[in-house]
Amino acid sequence: MTDSFVAHLQERVRGAQAAATPLVIHGGNTKSFYGAKTIGEAIDMRAYSGIIAYQPRELVLTVRAGTSLTEIEAAMANEMQMLPFEPPHFGAGATIGGTVAAGLSGPRRPYAGAVRDFVLGTRIVNGKGEDLHFGGRVIKNVAGYDVSRLMTGAMGTLGILLDISFKVLPKPAREATLRYEMDQATAIQQFNEWAGKPLPLSATCWENGIAMVRLSGAVAGVEAAQKKLGGEVVEAAQAATFWASVRDQRHAFFERSESPLWRLSVAATTATLALPSAPLIEWGGALRWLRAEVDADALRQQIAAVGGHATLMRAGSGGISGAAVFHPLHGKLAELNRNLKAAFDPANVLNRGRMDNIAL
Amino acid sequence: MAAVLNDPQHITQKDHQERQLHRQQLSAALGHFLPPAALLTAVEDLRPYECDGLSVYRQLPILAVLPSSVAEVEAIMQVADAQNTNVVARGSGTGLSGGATPLADGILLSLSKFSRIVNVDALARTALVEPGVRNLKISEQVAPLGLYYAPDPSSQIACSIGGNVAENAGGVHCLKYGLTVHNILKLNIVTVDGVSVTIGSDALDSPGYDLLALMTGSEGMLGITTEVTVKLTPKPQLARVVMASFDDVEKAGEAVAAVIGAGIVPAGLEMMDKLAIHAVEDFVKAGYDMDAAAILLCESDGTPEEVEEEVAKMEAVMKAAGATACRVSRDEAERLKFWSGRKAAFPAVGRISPDYYCIDGSIPRGALAHVLRRTEELSVKYGLRCANVFHAGDGNLHPLILFDANKPGELEKTEAFSAELLELCIEVGGTITGEHGVGIEKINQMCSQFSDAEREAFFDVKRAFDPKMLLNPGKAIPSLHRCAEYGRMRVSGGQLPYPDIPRF
Repeated sequence: MTDSFVAHLQERVRGAQAAATPLVIHGGNTKSFYGAKTIGEAIDMRAYSGIIAYQPRELVLTVRAGTSLTEIEAAMANEMQMLPFEPPHFGAGATIGGTVAAGLSGPRRPYAGAVRDFVLGTRIVNGKGEDLHFGGRVIKNVAGYDVSRLMTGAMGTLGILLDISFKVLPKPAREATLRYEMDQATAIQQFNEWAGKPLPLSATCWENGIAMVRLSGAVAGVEAAQKKLGGEVVEAAQAATFWASVRDQRHAFFERSESPLWRLSVAATTATLALPSAPLIEWGGALRWLRAEVDADALRQQIAAVGGHATLMRAGSGGISGAAVFHPLHGKLAELNRNLKAAFDPANVLNRGRMDNIAL
Repeated sequence: MAAVLNDPQHITQKDHQERQLHRQQLSAALGHFLPPAALLTAVEDLRPYECDGLSVYRQLPILAVLPSSVAEVEAIMQVADAQNTNVVARGSGTGLSGGATPLADGILLSLSKFSRIVNVDALARTALVEPGVRNLKISEQVAPLGLYYAPDPSSQIACSIGGNVAENAGGVHCLKYGLTVHNILKLNIVTVDGVSVTIGSDALDSPGYDLLALMTGSEGMLGITTEVTVKLTPKPQLARVVMASFDDVEKAGEAVAAVIGAGIVPAGLEMMDKLAIHAVEDFVKAGYDMDAAAILLCESDGTPEEVEEEVAKMEAVMKAAGATACRVSRDEAERLKFWSGRKAAFPAVGRISPDYYCIDGSIPRGALAHVLRRTEELSVKYGLRCANVFHAGDGNLHPLILFDANKPGELEKTEAFSAELLELCIEVGGTITGEHGVGIEKINQMCSQFSDAEREAFFDVKRAFDPKMLLNPGKAIPSLHRCAEYGRMRVSGGQLPYPDIPRF
């Protein structure tokens, strides 16, 4: 059945290529708000689902792209393991293929790694309808270019993800969340100082005068770190709810306003940014969420000036006219990105225009 | 040693004249902006660059350049592009796959003068370094800050960070701390047409495709790295290593799986077999168990509390898996002593054999016992000894085949042995190279690991960066033609039809 799915998919892509008609690839449509608008014939990947191989002792998991995150996380919970990049669930139907394509990681990202850091191999159908395997199921692999990681965050514009292999990790034996009252500048400084110490940090967040810090690891290590860091211990269930709400953007910060949501990715040590409203800060300072009506160009200039980039994550209820979703690319860097798109998808049929900073 | 890329006897008089002319034209163009000491053309000056760490392949480049600024690298690439000349970049030349082996018609571009640590940002835990900086120098420099650079290939005393990026180098701690790709944030590269581009950023992600991942491990075929921003990791307060002996190699392999199965992610998990243990013990006196068929080195790091908890778990797992002896390092000196043997494994084997050939296959850990058994059988079949050292935690094998290049046919037998081992790695679901790169050494096995369409996709990636195929061409990705030749050459059993003819 999966073989015939792939064969049929290849046929559709070849047909689309010949006719130069675009295809829109989707899983659970929980991230359809993310990226520029794209039109075309829908390809529903949910029929291509299931865990292909999961051997906990290998720390490797191989799944079909249409598999739901919920199914994967349930299977892993049975083995006391996890996807270390803590993928966001923007809805119940979120799939692993969409997670990898969007390249979004959760609160654990700065301390454990991003989704791209745990992708070991992929099988894709490119824009020519070819069925291709890259990488593999082993931890170390330098045979050929790292096309698998290239697929991560490419928004389905380079290839349709079929099978994906991940490195996975054991769940920490103990987690603890600490709460502090702190202003923004102090929190940024403190998060960075702590990250430079051998402490088992696994998440950090600041919003509206409150800093939250999560520790994960061996029981003794977490207990020792807890003593060192002080703060007020947050009850476990409440802490779990809090981190899930930040991860899935259900935290009050994300819901209290209908303004556009900007994702500002900057160096973690960047000082407090002059913004029209206070941000929610994650990733030790490296990720700052802004919910505000702003001039997109001016914001992008401000963020680029500190070496970062700004993504219009959600357009908000009114929408923003004319603002690109992704931070624009220039010069040679833009050319290299365009060349890669042309290499994998010469007829520009896969999620055409979804990455509005890479136009063929 | 034996094989060379181009047999000089096959270069005709006409070729020779053309080559001389080409060299003169290039020298003239490069001499406009490079000082004489940075432009090498005499054979005796080029000799040090004729090979990298894979010294069985040697080739003199048409000339060598030693730029000392990014502007010079840009200008060199502009000349090479204008004259359609190949360029091979080189760091310290310690690579083991021939990635930096020069091309007869190409420029050898050494980045050895790019040896400055430009900036260390303690709060951000990053260092901006030039590509010629040695891996270990970074850790030494930032040690007073309580930080280090995590990837630690065995050659870290000598290998350069630029080369580490080109090969996506690993080391003995990468199961827990990752490979080069996990530990760099930003690169500055010079493209084939001489334009500087920043890849990645000081933030944790960047707009556009993940070119940082694509550049890492690209073997100098997509651009010349001129600057690297690395992530620094807090030094763990304490590290201790458990050294377990086994009377059977397969039991040791089972113990590896059991450690991971127990939910432990060791900081390092290494295995050595009897031949390797003996070679090492005679060389560095690391205190290894000479009666063991295999030993495992299993490291725990973290806070003293974490380490105590984890070491106890590790010991219990080892004993349950049938360890005949188990020792835990008592202090830092003893920990380093236990590791000194593993880190010296290559030179130690070099002492007991005129030559050795290092293999770099990676396999699922579950296939370890099977692959070890087959390796033993192949060792008997080819009549060549084989010492096994493994990054067992990652499933990355480094069998060292012992041979004597001066004995007729031994190099060819070694290559056939190696080829068969790599095919075995593919067969069990692994890969032909875990961390050393494909280079010229494993290029034939790329034909087995990837389909025609996959290899064409790699060439498409290459052309996206380098449309004229001038950067390190002929390495890493074999052409369709080459794979067709390899297909004809391979026959079952690994015996090549004409073992005496040079095939590279």
